[in-house]
Amino acid sequence: MMKIFKKDKTKEIRNERPLERERLNKSTSSSSSSHNNNNNNNQSLRTLRIFRINAVKNPNDVPHFDEFQVPVKRWTTVLDALLDAKSYQDSSLGIRYSCRMASCGSCGMKINGIPRLACYTKISDLDTNTITCEPLPNFPYIRDLVTDFSKFFDHHRSVMPFIQNKKADIPDVNELSEYQQSPQDLDKFLQFSYCIKCGLCYSACPTVATDLKFPGPQALSQAYRYFADSRDSDKSNRLKVIDTSHGIWRCHFAGSCSNVCPKGVDPALGIQLLRSHLLGISNSEKKIAKLQDRSNNNNYNNFYSEELEEEEEEEK
Amino acid sequence: MTSDSIKNNRNKNKNLTKWFSNIPFLRESQIMKIHYITGVGALFVVAIHIMMRLIMPFNMSLEFENVILNYKNIFYALLLESILILIAIHGFNGLRVILIEIRQTQIWERAVNILVIVAMIGIIAYGTRTIIIANGFSLG
Amino acid sequence: MTSAATSAKRIDDNNSKNDRTNREGLRGWLNPIIYGWERVSYWFQRLTGIFLLVYFIGHVYETSSLVSGPDAWAAMLELTQTIGGHLFLILVIGASTLHTVNGIRLIFTQSGQGLGKPGRPDYPYDPTSVNNKQRSGLWIAFILAAVAMLYGANVLFSGE
Repeated sequence: MMKIFKKDKTKEIRNERPLERERLNKSTSSSSSSHNNNNNNNQSLRTLRIFRINAVKNPNDVPHFDEFQVPVKRWTTVLDALLDAKSYQDSSLGIRYSCRMASCGSCGMKINGIPRLACYTKISDLDTNTITCEPLPNFPYIRDLVTDFSKFFDHHRSVMPFIQNKKADIPDVNELSEYQQSPQDLDKFLQFSYCIKCGLCYSACPTVATDLKFPGPQALSQAYRYFADSRDSDKSNRLKVIDTSHGIWRCHFAGSCSNVCPKGVDPALGIQLLRSHLLGISNSEKKIAKLQDRSNNNNYNNFYSEELEEEEEEEK
Repeated sequence: MTSDSIKNNRNKNKNLTKWFSNIPFLRESQIMKIHYITGVGALFVVAIHIMMRLIMPFNMSLEFENVILNYKNIFYALLLESILILIAIHGFNGLRVILIEIRQTQIWERAVNILVIVAMIGIIAYGTRTIIIANGFSLG
Repeated sequence: MTSAATSAKRIDDNNSKNDRTNREGLRGWLNPIIYGWERVSYWFQRLTGIFLLVYFIGHVYETSSLVSGPDAWAAMLELTQTIGGHLFLILVIGASTLHTVNGIRLIFTQSGQGLGKPGRPDYPYDPTSVNNKQRSGLWIAFILAAVAMLYGANVLFSGE
């Protein structure tokens, strides 16, 4: 198996003992070109400055920074560098990660002052010799770069993030029906469903920085995701939850959430669209979608027509 | 104190807090609608107020007699009153929003709500006093 | 993660003294630069709002000297019609213009106007809401505030 892999300097360094490795690192750094060398075959050394705290074992622990020299190539991500430091220099480093491809949202941290996903941030893009890694702000410390997401998930649960429809006849297996949804209906909420709950938006939000009761951009954008879903019928309960003195109205469109979101969810857009519904400006959006379906496609009549008739009767 | 009197005191306190929490405050969406409307309204009235300073040389417009003449004009007096009300509501509501974002204890929030309403009423009353007295002022 | 979360102390709403909270606090507000123009707008809207409220209270008090007669009014004018007073007033003019124009922009954006429509996000996942169309409202606010300040300075210092 070893013959399949090309024997390169990185492997040599990784297989050496720590002291030997340090000696080799010094010799490679002195012979290599500048730190900003982006050549594929060359690697350079960068300094990782990592926040250290063990808040669970020692609540009075004083946080400090540890520095590690890590080898970096053109495509090295911050997560790669952190794992290198953990594997070969300090195995006590606390890092949370999973998929390594910006799909799970586990590796969120503050990198050079901005909340980012470590697996999605290339060191070559950071353009500094020292990369500072800190835990996500506005989340309690657990250890080092690992933070407590309980409150974040509590806020998410508070907006009832599931489809609620009183007409669902799921127990009745004899008359199975399906929620039919046009591509236009799907586009109204799809991007908000791409949220991976990484917490970057929650960290970047200036309101979350001071307001403990504010649900945060993630929860509010998920409230919009379910509000805008044509399969959901329980608009009023969800809106009551967020129409409070610490709810959606404490968002001031600072836009930081959308600027840091790695998946293009654009929580700021969802929040402002939901506000427009609360202000009564665009409350006809859902109805228009249903009317379009009824006129364009007769297949929807069976499901939508009864609901529409009931709504019209209620209005009268 | 007997256990009955302790229980009575506790019930009294609960009734007080219950009454307090049942004060019919507006929903936050209604408060924010008022905030937006007062903001837009204030824009127009303040623009007129500033333009009044520019219809004559600025220094002349600040002379006592000219200012009193402005106040004697009933429409201008009403304009000033509307500025007072709109900006007091908009400004103190904004302050309330900032203060409740800083701390979220129940006592703090209730204190902020009460102080803001008191400050709003206070400044409107104080400004209205100026307008009424100046309106009734007789120039020697 | 669950065991760590349960062993970690849960955060109470009133437990602001807990250092493990890691809340940025007011430092989070005082960082307007790294997150884009909308964060700058948020910062300026707050600053100008507080500044204008303080000015409003002072202005209501200042004009109340009218009721005490011409002497009191003249004394108040001596206090305010100075170079320092004029400079302060120029700041007020700038702040009110910025707050007003940016406020109108915020009324539109916070009603969902000018932010684009939801769609299917694709790499590089640029958000539609942070677009130059609505940001231009902030730039216009800065320009108009500067123009208003210049005009105000001209009026105040020339006395015309």
